Amino acid sequence: MKEFVLIFRHENATNQVSPEQMQIWMKQQMDWIKGIAAKNKFVSGTGLLFDNARVVGHNNVVTNGTFGEIKETLGGFVIVRAETIEEAVDFAQGTPILQGEGNTVEIREIATH
Amino acid sequence: MDEPELLPHLFRTEYARICVVLCSHFGIEYMETAEDIASETFRSALETWQFNGVPNHPKAWLYKVAKNKALNHFKRKGVFNDNVLPRINTHQMDFEVPDFDLSDDNCTDSQLRMLFAICHPVIAKESQIALALRILCGFGVAEVAEAFLTTRKTINKRLYRAKEKLRSLKIKIEYPGENEMGDRLETVITAVYLLFSEGYYSRSQHSQIRKDLCLEAMRLAHLLVQNHATNTHASNALLALICFHSSRLDARQDLHGNPILYEQQEKHLWNPELIANGNYYLQQSAQWQTLSKYYLEASIAYWHTISEETTEKWESILELYDRLHNMDPSPMIALNRAYALMKVAGKAVALESVKSMDFGSDHFYFLLLGELHSDKDPEEAARNYTKALHLARTAGERKVIRDKILKIGPRT
Repeated sequence: MKEFVLIFRHENATNQVSPEQMQIWMKQQMDWIKGIAAKNKFVSGTGLLFDNARVVGHNNVVTNGTFGEIKETLGGFVIVRAETIEEAVDFAQGTPILQGEGNTVEIREIATH
Repeated sequence: MDEPELLPHLFRTEYARICVVLCSHFGIEYMETAEDIASETFRSALETWQFNGVPNHPKAWLYKVAKNKALNHFKRKGVFNDNVLPRINTHQMDFEVPDFDLSDDNCTDSQLRMLFAICHPVIAKESQIALALRILCGFGVAEVAEAFLTTRKTINKRLYRAKEKLRSLKIKIEYPGENEMGDRLETVITAVYLLFSEGYYSRSQHSQIRKDLCLEAMRLAHLLVQNHATNTHASNALLALICFHSSRLDARQDLHGNPILYEQQEKHLWNPELIANGNYYLQQSAQWQTLSKYYLEASIAYWHTISEETTEKWESILELYDRLHNMDPSPMIALNRAYALMKVAGKAVALESVKSMDFGSDHFYFLLLGELHSDKDPEEAARNYTKALHLARTAGERKVIRDKILKIGPRT
């Protein structure tokens, strides 16, 4: 079986989401992960924080960021086991993150020897 | 994964607590900073918990993160260096950082003081409610907009202007002085009353938000009666009123959010605990030898919790409406009084009482006229119901009126 990484990107992570809505999303996302885990297809999940984020550029120039306000910020990623890319896509389609307009999930197979 | 189940509304409740405690600590001019830090805290929680599970002590986790973020913020902004560092021994490296007290007692106290700051008479009524929902109840801008049936932009503007005013007038987050207390408390009570009414009578079809508004108003009224300085006749009467009305929250709407009229409600859906609480606070408020419109309204609401349709019930309600009308001769009260009069003395007498009054184009007025005409003059009843139908503001109301038209039979 192959492994795929599902990469979550947010249109605008700080877009006035209410605490209530965050709690609802979190519950849905956890249920989604539980569903994948129940099929024994869940490998790992990683959240990414914006606190103290840095970007190191060409010539080792360090800048502050990324901040939540900018488009297509990386929100986190989940690694799943799947037979095919279609199965991985199926998993991805269930994430509540896609309820947010402009949010996307990028799916890439993890390279192995 | 067997992480603890999160309490419903935990994020909203804790957002409000964190926001108010931070803001009380920094001063009202930093309200937006406090909101940002609280928001960031929950974003961190979302990003962490959704993958790693809910921590064993969610609240402690949130408070720790919020405190760190607050500290980092002020370090970043230099405020820490300018204002805090000079006050502490800089040679000591492990200096004591300012502690944000998120204990229950301090949260309650901060929320009450914030309620006074927000409900300052210089702030417009509708802004007071919007601010209270945002800062004290943890509602999102979209949720506040939904409650007021308006746009986010409008609410954002309203909030911005109110905050500017609080900032420029340097309103302190504190209890008013003893000689100011009476007037200021009255403003606060009015705001909580309006907050409740906004939920209870809202035109919004979003029944959950409406219900949450009612429950938040109840929580704020509880804050008032729990504090010695604000535990008064009016605050107890307000709380009683809110409890009595809220006891019917589950009975007054069907599954689709359509209103169910009082007479048709399933009485077993009335909440006995809230009715008992209402009785308790109504009794409490009677200890003061004064009378307020809240007390009269609460007493009317009390009689509505009695399901038996007795003569005593409607005679008492009528008498209370008479007294209320003397105190506040508003058209809405006159209309309700006429309904009670109908119950006591019949439709003809009630019709006589409203004939001479001018209610403008209020659909409740035509609804009542329809009802009053329904026995003797079905045609006139239908005409009035139709007028009400055109003036009704929600689909749910229109449905109720259409049912009434159907009941009096087809018109020619």
